[in-house]
Amino acid sequence: MSLFYATRRGLLAAGTALALTLGASGGALAQTPPGVLIVGQIAEPKALDPAAVTAVNDFRILMNVYDGLVRYKDGTLEVEPALATDWDISEDGTVYTFSLREGVSFHDGTPFNAEAVKFNFDRMLSEDHPFHDTGPFPLSFFFSSVVSTEVVDEMTVQFTLNGPYAPFLSNLAYPTGLIVSPAAVAEHGAEFGRNPSGTGPFTFAEWRSNEAVVIEANPDYWDGAPELQAVVFRPITDANTRTAEMLAGGIDLMVEVPPVALSEFQGDAYTLHEQAGPHVWFLILNAKEGPFADVRVRQAANYAVNKEALVNEVLEGTAEVAAGPTPPAFAWAYNPDLEPYPFDPDKARALLAEAGAEGAELTFYVTEGGSGMLDPIAMGTAIQADLEAVGFDVTIETYEWNTFLGEVNPGLEGKADMAEMAWMTNDPDTLPFLALRTEAWPDKGGFNSGYYSNPEVDALLEAARVATDQDERARLYREMQTIVQEDAPWVFVANWKQNAVTSDRVEGFALQPSFFLLLDEVVKN
Amino acid sequence: MTGYILKRLLSAIPVLLGISVIVFLIMALIPGDPATAILGSYATPENVEKLNRDLGLDKSLVQQYFIWLGNMLTGDFGTSFALNRPVLDEVLERFNATLVLAGVAFLVCAVLGVAAGVVSAANQYGLADKAITFAVLLGISIPSFFLGMMMILFFAVNLRWFPVSGMWPIYGDRTLGVLLSHLAMPATALAVVATGVIARLSRSAMLEVLRQDFIRTARAKGVHERGVIWRHALKAAMVAIIPVLGIQAGFVLSGAVYIEMVFQWPGVGRMLVDAILKRDLLLVQGGVVFVAACYVLFNIAVDVAQSLLDPRIKT
Repeated sequence: MSLFYATRRGLLAAGTALALTLGASGGALAQTPPGVLIVGQIAEPKALDPAAVTAVNDFRILMNVYDGLVRYKDGTLEVEPALATDWDISEDGTVYTFSLREGVSFHDGTPFNAEAVKFNFDRMLSEDHPFHDTGPFPLSFFFSSVVSTEVVDEMTVQFTLNGPYAPFLSNLAYPTGLIVSPAAVAEHGAEFGRNPSGTGPFTFAEWRSNEAVVIEANPDYWDGAPELQAVVFRPITDANTRTAEMLAGGIDLMVEVPPVALSEFQGDAYTLHEQAGPHVWFLILNAKEGPFADVRVRQAANYAVNKEALVNEVLEGTAEVAAGPTPPAFAWAYNPDLEPYPFDPDKARALLAEAGAEGAELTFYVTEGGSGMLDPIAMGTAIQADLEAVGFDVTIETYEWNTFLGEVNPGLEGKADMAEMAWMTNDPDTLPFLALRTEAWPDKGGFNSGYYSNPEVDALLEAARVATDQDERARLYREMQTIVQEDAPWVFVANWKQNAVTSDRVEGFALQPSFFLLLDEVVKN
Repeated sequence: MTGYILKRLLSAIPVLLGISVIVFLIMALIPGDPATAILGSYATPENVEKLNRDLGLDKSLVQQYFIWLGNMLTGDFGTSFALNRPVLDEVLERFNATLVLAGVAFLVCAVLGVAAGVVSAANQYGLADKAITFAVLLGISIPSFFLGMMMILFFAVNLRWFPVSGMWPIYGDRTLGVLLSHLAMPATALAVVATGVIARLSRSAMLEVLRQDFIRTARAKGVHERGVIWRHALKAAMVAIIPVLGIQAGFVLSGAVYIEMVFQWPGVGRMLVDAILKRDLLLVQGGVVFVAACYVLFNIAVDVAQSLLDPRIKT
């Protein structure tokens, strides 16, 4: 596979040379029409039912067709009102009462009200709901703390939780919390995913399998009608073909530009957009047994890995060096005092000598690909070289992504000392809560595959989850980050910057830290 | 003849059953399950178990196989996990696109390949023979996906003669001309290798026939050289060429996978690659069984055609 990749890399270089020699000649083919934005997507969507899908690729369409009760403020990961105008949280943090926006209709003409909200959450969460069989709803556990959803009056809805759960609001801003039209679900049943109806800035127009999903402007949108007439999402799974379509003018906006293709889009004809997101790429270290059971050896690994070189050379600048377990994109919860472990091989050697772990043999699990994993084989090889330079003896074992998850998620004990991993989350709670607590060890159903355990961190995370005051939560998360960085259960490597390219005909486009694609402000000339 | 066809069709049944068992077992045995693929990072044992129950994957393998087989015999191929639509709809639609691509490519390589082979043989060691042999060697040696990418860079990105990818434009009428402009590059890239192979084998088949007595007889009784080559010799050589065409047709069909990826042609090959990566069990199983059935039928058709052409083959 790596050989194949290298070939294609060389091919792109050859293509650039060819392009330079020939110069861009005038096109015989028609350009894309004005007012219609053509987006090059990475895959065919599964469905346009927000409760039923899990892929960022599908979310990019959904966020333009639906609204949630709340949404992320432009350019941040903080929630602001959307279909709910304001809300009230009970003293004990278990009852959330939302006032809903008046005068909003679904695209099918039916009104948006408290009944519709109740329908949405009951459909996902209650097994005896008449439309529960329109699932499965794989991410419904985001709302597993919801005990009941009650209609207080026409425009007021109340959620009762089984305990205080601070991430509830940001989970509502996640695509799984987008509100669908009950009438449309009743009409189309299991086919709703191909006949979607929401309240968003664009209405669904057409889905031609494996060719395009077309959405059109909703002139009655409550937050102002979009500038574009329509948006066409084209699935182009091959990254090189997507690049070629962008160069040939077949699409106006391309997401997930491969790092090797970035140089193609220098110059005035294109705008390159970058945005760091809530993503962290790290190495899980097995803190239960072997060399990494000693905190000094774990810190040595953090000093030994040249993260600057990884993000700049291997990832060609498409990521930033990570300092700790929480990505800076969660600005409100991030600890800005945290400095990444510097690249310091001498310090690493000294720590290894102190721990008596020179020449320690390590088994390193590397994946071939996978969601958010960036360029895992090249990164794994570079990390192996860095670790060997300070005296580790590293053996790499490579697995295909699904197999890899099957090996890593049940825990590394008895198998490996370290493993690559990446997470993208919508709340600063999710990753540390699922992957750093003692209660999240694999045998208890969590993702703490390296068996890290620190009672202080456990207490901070438990407290942050039930604190409804955002400043208090932020303080707890910052403290947690300092301790975790010192304990080094992971090697903190990179935060991915999502990228996109637009042609010079597109204005008003910006990527969001949430990695959602919001197009209601975009203009195309 | 009817009895022969019937016998061949009956013998296809165990083959297809065997294929269904193999593809089912492969999908069951490869690591990773659909629930993990769907949930990604969120695949806790608890979530995986719940989703597997929702997807009907908590039954025993034997049960799953017979439910699947039983449904398939009644024409129900199930619903794709990853695309959320009936497997048969998806497979038929995608297979249709592949047939258009592979059909045109096959037509190109059959006509050009046989013609090149005949010309080559008729001018053995002449200039035309050398030029054709050189071109054929070049064609056989270029991987089709590489050729496809170079064609995209040259003809679509730089010259803008053809669209980069897809089968139909996003806007505008679906005319034959539009389809052909989308087909030109992928069909050519797909045909190149097979054209080379067919040309080589046609050449040797022709050379063998040209050495035979009836050719000398034809020349002796004054048949024009063009008639000797194209009417007498080619007709006899076709007996050897047709099985090659049959094999190459299968090759073109399977080679379509790479071409469909490069040109984002909405065909069945690309569908299967995507489905395997997403562990979309029913789509992979249904797709493979369908494609295998088409292969088997096609092979039977080739054998029947050959027995019609060659009286030496007893039916």
